[in-house]
Amino acid sequence: MSLMEFLHMGGYAAYVWPSYAFTALALGWMTLAARRAHRNALSAARKRLAMEKSAS
Amino acid sequence: MWTWFHKLASPPHVYRIAGLLVPWFGWVGGVLIAVGVVWGLRFAPADYQQGDGFRILYVHAPSAWMSMFTYVVMALAAGIGLIWRMKVAHAVAASCAPIGAAFTASALVTGALWGQRMWGTWWVWDARLTSELILLFLYFGYIALRSAYDDQQRADRASAILALVGVVNIPIIHYSVVWWNTLHQAASVTKLARPSIAPEMLIPLILMFFGFNIVFGAVLLTRLRGEVLLRERNADWIRALVAQP
Amino acid sequence: MSARTGILRGAALLIERDLRLAFRRPSQLGNPLVFFLVVTTLFPLSLSPLPSQLRDIAPGVLWVAALLSSLLALEALLKADAEDGTLEQMVLSGQPVVMLVAAKTVAHWLVGGLPLVIISPLAGLSLGVTPQALWVTAEGLLMGTLTLSFLGSVGAALTIGVRRSSVLLSLLVLPLAMPLLIFGARATDLAIAGESATGPLNLLGALLVFTATLAPFAAGAAVRIGVE
Repeated sequence: MSLMEFLHMGGYAAYVWPSYAFTALALGWMTLAARRAHRNALSAARKRLAMEKSAS
Repeated sequence: MWTWFHKLASPPHVYRIAGLLVPWFGWVGGVLIAVGVVWGLRFAPADYQQGDGFRILYVHAPSAWMSMFTYVVMALAAGIGLIWRMKVAHAVAASCAPIGAAFTASALVTGALWGQRMWGTWWVWDARLTSELILLFLYFGYIALRSAYDDQQRADRASAILALVGVVNIPIIHYSVVWWNTLHQAASVTKLARPSIAPEMLIPLILMFFGFNIVFGAVLLTRLRGEVLLRERNADWIRALVAQP
Repeated sequence: MSARTGILRGAALLIERDLRLAFRRPSQLGNPLVFFLVVTTLFPLSLSPLPSQLRDIAPGVLWVAALLSSLLALEALLKADAEDGTLEQMVLSGQPVVMLVAAKTVAHWLVGGLPLVIISPLAGLSLGVTPQALWVTAEGLLMGTLTLSFLGSVGAALTIGVRRSSVLLSLLVLPLAMPLLIFGARATDLAIAGESATGPLNLLGALLVFTATLAPFAAGAAVRIGVE
C-alpha cells in the first residue's frame, strides 16, 4: 500500500484523520494541562515558602 | 492488612506514590496507544461494509468507554470522600472531571464524524447520543459547581452530591442501545458470547482500550498531585518537599 | 413544629406556611405564569403566525417555556429561607430534612408549576395545538412540572451558598431535565398527530416517581451541607 493510498483511507480520509487528530488533541491537552497544574502548584508552594522565609 | 488502604488517606504518601507511578503508567499507556493506532490504521483489515471508515472505532470506542469510566471513578471517589470524609478522595474526584470532559468531547466529535459519513447525519437525538451529551454537561456542571464555592470543604461535598446524582446517567448511556432502537449500533465487544468482530480487528481495539485506561491513570495521578499540593498548602510536609532544590 | 410533630403533620404545616408566605406577595405569584405565557407568545411573533407551522413547533415551545419558567422560579425555593436563617432552624428542629425539602418542593410547585398546567390548554390553543392534544399536553405538563420542581430542588440545595446562582442552577438542572423535555414534547407531538401518547406519558410518570422519591434525599443532604 502506498503512502497516498494509506492517507486516502479508502475515501474516508476526511472523517478518519480529523477523528484521530481530535482524539490526539484531547489526550495531549489532558496530559499537558495536568502537568501544568502540578507545576503551578509546585511553584506556588515555593513562592509561599520564600515569602515565609523573608517574613521571618 | 489494611494499612495500605489507610495510608491512601495520607496526602504526602499519596503524593509520593503517585509520583512514582506516573512515568510507568505514562510510558506503558503511550506505547500501547501507539501500537494500537498503527495496527488499527495500517494493518487491521478493512471492514466489509464500512471500508476504511470503520477505523474511527479505534479512537471512538475507547473515548466513549473512558468518558463513562472516568465518571464512575469520579462518583466513587466522591462517595468515599463524602462517607469517610477523606480529603484525598475528594481530590481524586476533582481531578477526574476535566479528564472525563475531554474524553466525552472526543467521543462526541469522533462519533459525529463517523455518523456523518456512515449514516448521513452529524447528530441525532437518540438515547445514546443524548445521554452522552448530558454526560458532557454533567462534567461542566460539576466543574462549575466546584469553582462556585470558595470553601474547599463545601465545594467538595456539594460537588460530591452532584456527582452521585448524575451517576444514574451512566447505565442509561450504556444500556440505551439495548433498551431503545437507536441509530447507534449495539454492542459488539462486550457481549458475553463470542465478540462479533474479527480478531485482527479486535486486538488493536483491546490495545487502545488498555492504553487509554493506563494513560488516564497517569493523567489522573498527575492532576491528583497538583490538587494535593494546593489543598495541603499549609502543611509541613510540603514545606520540606519544596525546600529541597 | 418540634421534633415530636409527626412527619405528615409537619409536611402539611410547612406547605401551609410556604403557601401563606407566597400569597403575601400576590404580585409575585403570577410571575412564573406570566413568563410562561410571554415566552410562548415570543415564538409566533418571531417565527411565523401560520397555524400549520406553529403546530409543528408547539410541543417544543410549550415544554421549553415550562422548563425556563420553572428554572426562573427555582432560586426562590430555598434562598429566602437560607438567607434569614430559617432554613437552619428547620434543619435543627429535629424533623427529617428529607421531609422538609420535599414539602417545600411541593409548595413551590403548587405556586409555580400547577398554574402552568392549568393555563397550558390556553397556551396550546394559541399555538395551534389540536383540542384532543390539549389534554395530553396538560397531563404531560402536570407530571413534567412536578418532576422539574423535584429536580430543581436538588440544584437549588446544591447552590444555597452561592451568590447569583441562577445561571449555575440552570446549568446543573437542564442536563438532568433533558429526558423530560424529550418525552414531554414527544407526547404532545403524538397526540397532535392523532396517535396514542401512552408510551411517552408512561415514561414521564416513571420519571416523576423516580425523581420524587430520590431527589429529596439528595437535596436533603445538600441542604445539610449548605447550612453548616
